[in-house]
Amino acid sequence: MEIIFQILIDGLVIGAFYSLVALGYTMVYGIIKLLNFAHGDLYMMGAFIGFTFLSIFTGDGGVNTGLLGVGIVFIGTMVIVGLLGMGVERIAYRPLLLAPRLSILITAIGVSLSLEYTSMIGWGASYKVYPIILPNDGLQILGTQITFAQIGMILLSALLMLGLRLFIDKTIYGKAMRAIALDQTACSLMGVNVHQIIALTFFIGASLAAGAGIMSGIYYGTINFMMGFIIGLKAFTAAVLGGIGNITGAMLGGLVLGVIEAFGTFYFGGSWKDVLAFGILILFLVFKPTGILGAKEMERM
Amino acid sequence: MKKYKNQTLLLLIIALFILPFFLNSYWLDVLTLVLFYVVLTQGLNIVVGYTGLLDLGYAAFFAVGAYTTAILMTTFHWSFWLTLPVAFLFAVIAGVIIGTPTLRLRSDYLAIVTLGFGEIVKILATNLEITGSASGIYGIPRPAIGSYIMSTQKDFYYLILIVAILSIIAVYRLGRSRIGRAWIYIREDEDAAEAMGINRIRLKLLSYASGAVIGSIAGSIFAVKMSAIAPLSFSFLQSVMILLAVVLGGLGSIPGVVIGAVLVIVLPELLRGADDWRHLIFGVSLVAMMIFRPQGIWPSKNGTEDATDMDENGKSNDPNQSMSV
Repeated sequence: MEIIFQILIDGLVIGAFYSLVALGYTMVYGIIKLLNFAHGDLYMMGAFIGFTFLSIFTGDGGVNTGLLGVGIVFIGTMVIVGLLGMGVERIAYRPLLLAPRLSILITAIGVSLSLEYTSMIGWGASYKVYPIILPNDGLQILGTQITFAQIGMILLSALLMLGLRLFIDKTIYGKAMRAIALDQTACSLMGVNVHQIIALTFFIGASLAAGAGIMSGIYYGTINFMMGFIIGLKAFTAAVLGGIGNITGAMLGGLVLGVIEAFGTFYFGGSWKDVLAFGILILFLVFKPTGILGAKEMERM
Repeated sequence: MKKYKNQTLLLLIIALFILPFFLNSYWLDVLTLVLFYVVLTQGLNIVVGYTGLLDLGYAAFFAVGAYTTAILMTTFHWSFWLTLPVAFLFAVIAGVIIGTPTLRLRSDYLAIVTLGFGEIVKILATNLEITGSASGIYGIPRPAIGSYIMSTQKDFYYLILIVAILSIIAVYRLGRSRIGRAWIYIREDEDAAEAMGINRIRLKLLSYASGAVIGSIAGSIFAVKMSAIAPLSFSFLQSVMILLAVVLGGLGSIPGVVIGAVLVIVLPELLRGADDWRHLIFGVSLVAMMIFRPQGIWPSKNGTEDATDMDENGKSNDPNQSMSV
């Protein structure tokens, strides 16, 4: 019983990272039907830029950084990576907005390669150790050890997702996003600045991914320039699981995938967990491409 | 004009046959690698170029060929030539397995499913005992013709050169056959093609299977040439490099993808020292290519010059796909 609860908690933490990255996927997909392959690499960029800031800010390796310092780094990184995401959209995707799917997919792969190897050249190919050591104290619940850091990360992720939810439901920008997702041409006729809203979507998606990147850097302790590739795929799986284009679905899909993976790792061993995730992805795409929360039948295009 | 073209081709082939006598072993190795890529890009050209299905896991077929040959030759002591039909059969099966679930999918989902399959094949190769786990299979014997054992660099150069020429001829002929025209029709407008009586499912599977077979032959030869294989050779990056060669050269264009293969292999060799920059340059060139010249360096001519016309349906707005809030 304790062990199952422990796995559940571990799965939820990882699932929260997946959810945050999946949100960016699903928002961009919902609004311009683009599968942004480079999204996982924005997560990686977040981890690296956060790493650099933490190292500079603190000088002492960051061990003694206060919560405030970490908070500033967190927000600063999210803004920078958000701008990077906007830059990617402006340079690579906007000229191809009306181009066929194949071209824009290939472009996304190109962007992904570019970001990965820019990072490799900038920070080196070796694993970097994050300059923060998490305190190990926590709570004993049902015989399980839950650290405050784990609770904090789940809470922070929940907070970010709640903020996004409110932003999309309550603000005029959120309304514009929903409108563009429905009909882009009509929106521009109604005076909505479509490009600006798309850029905003990229900004939000990228900064959420960056937040997840820093958190996972702190959580796992090491980062690498290829870390975005696999999590990009996992996050896409999460987005599909929940129903792509659906914000709540992405959150749910991430958590479900995280938990499934944690249990899969426990029962089958770590080397098979990626097979499990991709297997789920393929099964869902083939048999229920609309995901858990998607009700409508999808057309073949 | 046509006669002139044929003569140029003939000269080129003769040049390729006598070239090994003038090259040092380093450049001969590079050229051999180029020819491997020529074969692989021809195979991918069928799937992506002709049929318009984006395959991001093509290295999986390369792996199927390489591992089939390697396992049969080391564990079961088969002759190399006998492993080829088995690799052929496995490639067809793999092509159909990967193809079947993807038939119903739209182009972007298709890409990610093939990527997932490619990764699964790599993970299988890394974890299974029969494929030698992460260290792979080594000590693969050399193939023999009669009593002559192929072992020198030149032997393998000629072997892959002949296979490259055969695959170019095969892909060229396929592209101009009834099947090839049906593939191009499916690429241009799937629904119209189906309305015209083209069996969409059968032809798409045939496309995957043909591409898979060509990739697996390259894999089989790769295994005996290297005499050792490891999962790392069949990673996602390998699939991307093959795709890059096809895209750079020109989707659906045979001379184009040959040039693409040459560029992808030879450029990094010329840029030695800038090794770290290699993939960055490739990434940027993919983006630049799609923005400024989506049809590739040497686009194909007959009715397909507008490679940007692929998947017209992709543009239409589908309210079912919208962000539901």
